[in-house]
Amino acid sequence: MQLGFLVDLHLCMGCKGCEIACKVENEVPLSTWRLRVKYVDVGVFPETKRTFTPLRCNHCENAPCERICPVSALHYLDNGIVNIDKERCIGCAGCVMACPYGAIYIDPETQTADKCTYCAHRVASSMMPACVVACPVEANIFGDLDDPISNISKYIQSNSDVQVRKPEKGTNPHHYYVGGGNVQLNPLASERVEGYSLFNKLTTKMPVGGHH
Amino acid sequence: MVHETLAATHAVVTLDVGLPGIVWPWLVTINMWAKSIGTGVIFMLFYLLKNYPSESGNLRFPTTVVAIVFIHIFLLFTLADLHQPLRMWHIFFYPHWTSAITVGAWMATIFVGLLFALAFFSAEYGKILKKNDAAFDKLLFWTVLLAIPVTLYTAALMSQATARELWQMPTETAQMMLAALLAGSATMILLGKNLSYEAKSSLGVILGLSALAAFIIYQSELVFGPMKAEEVGAVLEYIKGNGEYATMFWIGQFVAYLLPILLITLSRVGRSESILQLAAILALVGLWIVKHVWLIIPQLLPMS
Repeated sequence: MQLGFLVDLHLCMGCKGCEIACKVENEVPLSTWRLRVKYVDVGVFPETKRTFTPLRCNHCENAPCERICPVSALHYLDNGIVNIDKERCIGCAGCVMACPYGAIYIDPETQTADKCTYCAHRVASSMMPACVVACPVEANIFGDLDDPISNISKYIQSNSDVQVRKPEKGTNPHHYYVGGGNVQLNPLASERVEGYSLFNKLTTKMPVGGHH
Repeated sequence: MVHETLAATHAVVTLDVGLPGIVWPWLVTINMWAKSIGTGVIFMLFYLLKNYPSESGNLRFPTTVVAIVFIHIFLLFTLADLHQPLRMWHIFFYPHWTSAITVGAWMATIFVGLLFALAFFSAEYGKILKKNDAAFDKLLFWTVLLAIPVTLYTAALMSQATARELWQMPTETAQMMLAALLAGSATMILLGKNLSYEAKSSLGVILGLSALAAFIIYQSELVFGPMKAEEVGAVLEYIKGNGEYATMFWIGQFVAYLLPILLITLSRVGRSESILQLAAILALVGLWIVKHVWLIIPQLLPMS
C-alpha cells in the first residue's frame, strides 16, 4: 500500500475548511501550519482570476527530509507516509532546509520539527485525514496509489493534467494536483507583496486568551 | 527567467502564511568558520613539519590547542543551534547513516579524540607529561586524513538540503576545503611568530592561492549560476545590484579574498611580515562574512 493525495484544483474554492480541520485535529500551534491554502491572483484588471492551492507535505517517495534527518525522527511508514517522531527530533532543522516544498516547520511549543502526516493516526484507525472529511467539494482525494480501483488511482488514470510540484527535484511526491498551472505550483512564478501574509506578525506562542 | 515569468503571468500571492524566515542563522556561520580554522591549522601544521621541521617543531602543542579550541567552538555553536540541544545524544544512540549530520557528528567526535591525543603527546609538564614527537607525528598523519572528511562533511550536509539549489555539490566541497586552507594558513601566520620569513611567506602563498581559487568559484557562481537553474538565478538576485545582501557579499569578497591577495603580493615585494599578518587577519574576518552571505541567501527564497 502506498497512500497518496490528489487535489483537484478545478474544484477547490479556497474556503480553508481543510486548513482549519487540520489545525483542530492535530492541535497545530498559532502561526504554524501543516496545511494551508495559498491564494494567487493572476492577470491584469479586468482580466483577472484568483487561484487556490492547498499546500501540505508531499510524502515523497525519495524524501530529502527523511534522508537528512540525523536521528530517524522522520521515517517512512509501511503505507508510504513520511511520519515524524517528535520525541526523537533534536530540532536541527535539517529537514526544514531540505524540503523543497516548505512543508516542514519548527513547532514553537515543542521546539521540534512538525509537518502533515496525512493524519497517520486517523489512517491507522481506518479513517480519512481530517482535511478530506472537511472539504465541502471533495477536492481532496486520498487513497492507495497501488490499488488500481481506488478513487485516487482512477482520478490519475482519467485526467491528463496530473502534476506534482517541482518534479525536477527527483523527490517523487505522493501528492498530485489536477488543473494546476505554473502560478499555483511554482513559487517563483508569482510575486510576494509585503502585507498579504496571514498572521505573519505573530511573535507569541501563547494561545488566544492565554493559558487555560 | 523569473522576471520573464512574472511579467507574463502578472501573478501575485494575495493570501498566504508568513515565510519561515532564516532557519539556520549566524550560529551556523560560526560553526562553519570555526571548523575551517580547527581543521585548517592541522593541515598547516602537517605542511610546516614536513617542509620546515626545525623551526616548526615547537608549534606542535600550541597548534593542537588552537585546533581543540576552535573545534569546540564549532561543536558549541552546533549544539546552540539545535532547538532541542539536550537531545544531542540521540545522534549517537539513534544514528541515521544517510544523514551527513550523523556522519559528521561521529567523525568530529573521533577528530576531537585524536586532537586530545596529539595534545597529550606534545605537552610537557614536570614528570607527568613528556613530549613524544615521533608518536605525535605518526598520529598527526591520521588526524590530517580524518580532518579532510571533517572539513568536507558540511558540504555534503548542504548538498542534502535539496531545497537550496545554490549549495549543491561539488562547488561547496571545493569551497569548504579552500576555506580550511585559507583559515588554517592565516591562523598559522598569526600563531607562528618565531617562524622564518620563508616559512611564513609559503603560508602566505597558500593563503593567496586559496583566496584566489575561492574568489574565482564565487564569481563563476555569480555569473554562470543562473544558467544552471531558475532557483539559483532567483537566489543570486539577493547579491546582485541593489539586492538585500549585495553590499555584504562584496565586502566579504574584498576583505576575505581580494585585499589579502593584494597584501600578500605587497608583503613579498617588501618582505614585510606585518603586512602578511594584516592579510591573515582580514582573511579570517572576511571568511565569516562570505560564509554568512552564502548561508543566508538561499533561505530568503519562498519554497512554496
